[in-house]
This record gives sequence, structure tokens and C-alpha cells, in this order.
Amino acid sequence: MNLKELRELIEMVASEATIEEFEFERAGVRVHIRRGVAGVASTPSAVSAALEAMEVERLAGVASPQPEPPVSAVEDRSYEITSPMVGTFYRAPGPDADPFVKVGDFVEKGSVVCIIEAMKLMNEIESESSGEVVSIRVDNGHPVEYGDVLIVLRPR
Amino acid sequence: MFRKVLIANRGEIALRVLFACRELGIRTVAVYSEADRHALHVRFADEAICIGPARSADSYLNIPGVISAAELTNADAIHPGYGFLSENAHFADVCRECGIKFIGPSPESIRTMGDKARARQEMARAGLDILPGTEDPTDDIDEAMGVAGEIGYPVIIKAVAGGGGRGMRVVWSRSEMASSLATARTEAGAAFGDARCYIEKFIDRARHIEFQVLADEFGNAIHLGERECSIQRRHQKLIEEAPSVIMTPELRDRMGSRVVDAVQAFGYSNAGTLEFLVDSSGHFYFMEMNTRIQVEHGVTEVVTGIDLLRDQIRVAAGEKLPHSQSDVDFRGHAIECRVNAEDPFTQRPSPGKITAWHQPGGPGVRVDTAAYAEYVVPPYYDSLIAKVIAHGANRDEAIRRMDRALHTFIVEGIQTSIPLHLEIMGDERFRSGNISTRFLDELRDPGRRQASVR
Repeated sequence: MNLKELRELIEMVASEATIEEFEFERAGVRVHIRRGVAGVASTPSAVSAALEAMEVERLAGVASPQPEPPVSAVEDRSYEITSPMVGTFYRAPGPDADPFVKVGDFVEKGSVVCIIEAMKLMNEIESESSGEVVSIRVDNGHPVEYGDVLIVLRPR
Repeated sequence: MFRKVLIANRGEIALRVLFACRELGIRTVAVYSEADRHALHVRFADEAICIGPARSADSYLNIPGVISAAELTNADAIHPGYGFLSENAHFADVCRECGIKFIGPSPESIRTMGDKARARQEMARAGLDILPGTEDPTDDIDEAMGVAGEIGYPVIIKAVAGGGGRGMRVVWSRSEMASSLATARTEAGAAFGDARCYIEKFIDRARHIEFQVLADEFGNAIHLGERECSIQRRHQKLIEEAPSVIMTPELRDRMGSRVVDAVQAFGYSNAGTLEFLVDSSGHFYFMEMNTRIQVEHGVTEVVTGIDLLRDQIRVAAGEKLPHSQSDVDFRGHAIECRVNAEDPFTQRPSPGKITAWHQPGGPGVRVDTAAYAEYVVPPYYDSLIAKVIAHGANRDEAIRRMDRALHTFIVEGIQTSIPLHLEIMGDERFRSGNISTRFLDELRDPGRRQASVR
């Protein structure tokens, strides 16, 4: 499977709104696409194809802005909280306070998980899903842009 | 000089601003919507920040997003380009309050000239002729009828908050006045949130001639000559040229100094353009002022050799105007064609992927574009994909160069207005310089050429 075919495949899946998850295997390359998260698993001999596929996903604008590591095609369902604005990411309500969430915490839909500060205003970011916090992708105090993945949940 | 400039725009003008910044050694920050992830200015900028989804209101018009991006990157200035936030006085205020230099005039100037009725009053005070019309906006039908009667039909009803060709309605006779005014006010209220309309004399067969000005923040101002933009479709410019065929050096000097006096009188700074309608006896009537760099700025750059974007940045950085009026020279003739991604005859937009691209070059041809092979023209923004500017020793040469350039411009995968531009370049009346704002209507319907009918 060449880069062009892979790109077309991804675009086709991405444009089909009813497809939540898609798996395809041929000639030593397995492509596993999930809406919102894209992962590529491959046999050792097709590692370069996998890396190319990551690049293709990035170009096709399907994947989240940060590419997934090639090996761990996320098999479980997961939900990404992405930034709705440009600003600075803070994990806690204040410099000495505890963070809103840590890895392993369970969050309810609608609860505040972090703050994005923009133009001196602290914007509380609420989770749109409930679930367990699997990872926190941005360091405290780091700038984020629109669409950056902030926190990943495993919905329950 | 600024260390870092944030470019609050997209497409070809974002690239143009980027070019000027690079030449001045200034670092650039691009802000982009998700639809513009693969835009050229994003690629070439030193830093890039995604500020929102495709929709303009959530991205390029998102003031908190733009300012936040400027603060995160420590940009010391913002260039707003044209359209979007470039004539948003509130945005200019916010920049000032946040200690970020807005590359353009003051918020006060933007506010004054943005209110069409107030702009007319200011310019009348400065000694420019304005089209006869209502002094102030009116919703009184009797007053409107009275004024129209004095001016003489046809008249045009214009929304105070309109501009760029929007919010206008021609009234050809007394019997239509009442209903036209009512409809115009309703439309203006819905489109701009401001129902105020004023009434102006409508000049049939007018020429649209505008003057480019440049002023520093010390009160120095110059003009850089005129551009004629009579080839318009629904008040949207399609072709611009400099100089205008009706201009003489004396007329240019005379109008030029009046324009410079006017902008100095109200303390204008940075680049701006005063638009006039010129009737068949050569009378200049002020219409409106654009307080920003314009799409067609390249036409002036090419005949004067002056880099307007670079000068905008230098003036904003506190430098004195780098040229005096006597430094400004006009050489040859230039024509610009705005190439849009659209069906050349129905004007239906034609977004999509460009599968083949070769832009023209060679002597006397400049192309301002942010498109490239494999680029996907997004459906969310205006359809301009390239500006082709042809420069020659005289108008004939400019036309021949433009014709050659358009013929050697390859764009496949989408439709463009190139066939329409070629038709215009080949048109006898265009070639003889016999043009007016009705040119395009008459091209489509030759039967309209003789009688002055709707």
C-alpha cells in the first residue's frame, strides 16, 4: 500500500460520518482508524509504512495534532478533551492549589478539569464526558492552541 | 523596529505581510484556522498558532484568540491585512490597551472613516467635494423624497455601516423611493445591526478612481497616485489599473494635494485609500475612505517602486515617512486581475483541490498568491486565489502582457475567473479605455449599452 492509497483510505473513512471505527489489513500492513483518535499498528517489516501513515494522517488532518506512538494503537475507547481556545494551560485553580485532576481520577461530565488562561481571564474547561483520567498531555503553565489535546479520558 | 509581528489574516495578504517582515528582519507569527493548516503563510512563518475552527467568526475574527496568541508569542505588533479585523476600531483599541502595536491608523481614525456618513462630513469639512446627498442619515421618507428631488434621480440609498459594495440600492424614480428606503433600512438592520441609511446622487457611467495615501505618526503625508477600479461586479472590484486614462499630471497633482491636506487635517497615519466617483465631466466626488492596506495595493507598488507593506511597518514602528512627495515617481502602466476560484460566467464559487498549477512570470508580471499545486481552496473564505499584475511602458503593453500572462496561467481542478479576464482584455472598449462602473453589466448584456436603463 503506497502513501497515496493510504491517504485516500484515511480521507474516505474520515469523510464518512457514520464510520466510528475502521480496520483494514493487507500485505503486512494493518490500518486501524478510530474517529477522534487514529492509530496504526504494523508488522515489524512495515514500520516505515506505519511512520509514513502517521505523516499521512497528519496531512489529512484526521488525527489529533499530536501524533500517536506507532505501537500502541489504542485498543480501548478513549475520549480526548481538546482546547477550545488559545492560551496557557493550568492544572490547578491557583499556584498553591491542588490540581483539578490527576491520572487515575474519575471525572463526571461537566466537571472542571483544567484552566486555560487567555488575556488575563481564567477560563474553566469542563469535560464533556465522564471517565477515568488516562493521561494529561500538556505540562502545567504551557501554551496551548485551539484543538490541542489536553487530557485523555477512558469513558466508563 | 519590531522584533516580532503577528499576522492576523490569511491567504495572499498574509503571505505579503510575511514577505515584508522577512525583508525587515522581523520574526513572524501566523495564526490560522483549522481549515488553513496547510496554508503557505503558516509554513513560512517563524511560529504558527491554530486559533480556531474554520468559521471566521471563531478564528480570524476571534479577538481574544488573536490577542492571546500575540501574548503567548510576545509579538510586539499585529498586522491585520485587509478585511477581517483590519477596520475594526474595537480591535485596534484592544491592541492599544494590551500594549501591542496595531499596524494601521489610530482607532479614532478607523471609527470616523468607518461611519460612512461621518466620513463624508469630515471630508466635506476638509474641502473635498462629496456626492450631493442627505447630510445625515435619514429615516424620514418626506425628507428623503425632498433631498432626492433636489439632487435629481437616480439616487442611491447606502447603509451607513455598509461598505465593500454591500448595503446599496439604486432608486430610479420617485415612485420607488418609499418602498426602496423601507427595504434598504430593513436589510441594513439585519446585515449590519444598524439600519441607518443615507441618500446620495447616483452617477450612471461613473469611473471609480481612488488615491493611495501614506502618512507617518509625525504628521507627514504623501499620496502615491491613483488607481482606477471601474471594472466591478456588484460593487466588487475585478480589475484595477494605474494610472487612470483620464488623469493628467496636473489633475493628479491637484487632487493628490487635496487628498493629502484632507488626511493631514484629521491626523491620519499609516496607509489609506480615498475612493472617488468621477462623472463624465471629470468631477471628483468623495465616496469613502478605507483605513487599511487594500487588495490592489500592488498596482501602486509596481508603478511607483515603493513597498507599501514595508512602509506600513516602518511607520508603525515610529519611523518618519521614508519618502517625500517629490520622491514619488510614476513609471509605465500597470493592470491587476483578481483571479477568483469561481465559475467565470455564473460566479458560482469553485472551492476544492488544485491539481495542477503554474503561475505566469516573465518580464513585467507579478503574481501575488498563496495557492500552489495540491492546495485545497477552502469553501469558508473569499474566493480570491491570485492577483496577476502586469506592468508595461504604456497601457497597450500592460494589456498585452496581461493577456500573455493569463494565457500561460495553468490552474486545474477548480474553475477560475481567468476566462472572464481574458474576455475583458480582448474587449474593444476596455482596450480603448472607455470604461465605467457599468462596464461588466454591459459586457454581459450588450443591449444595455445604449440606453441608460436598469
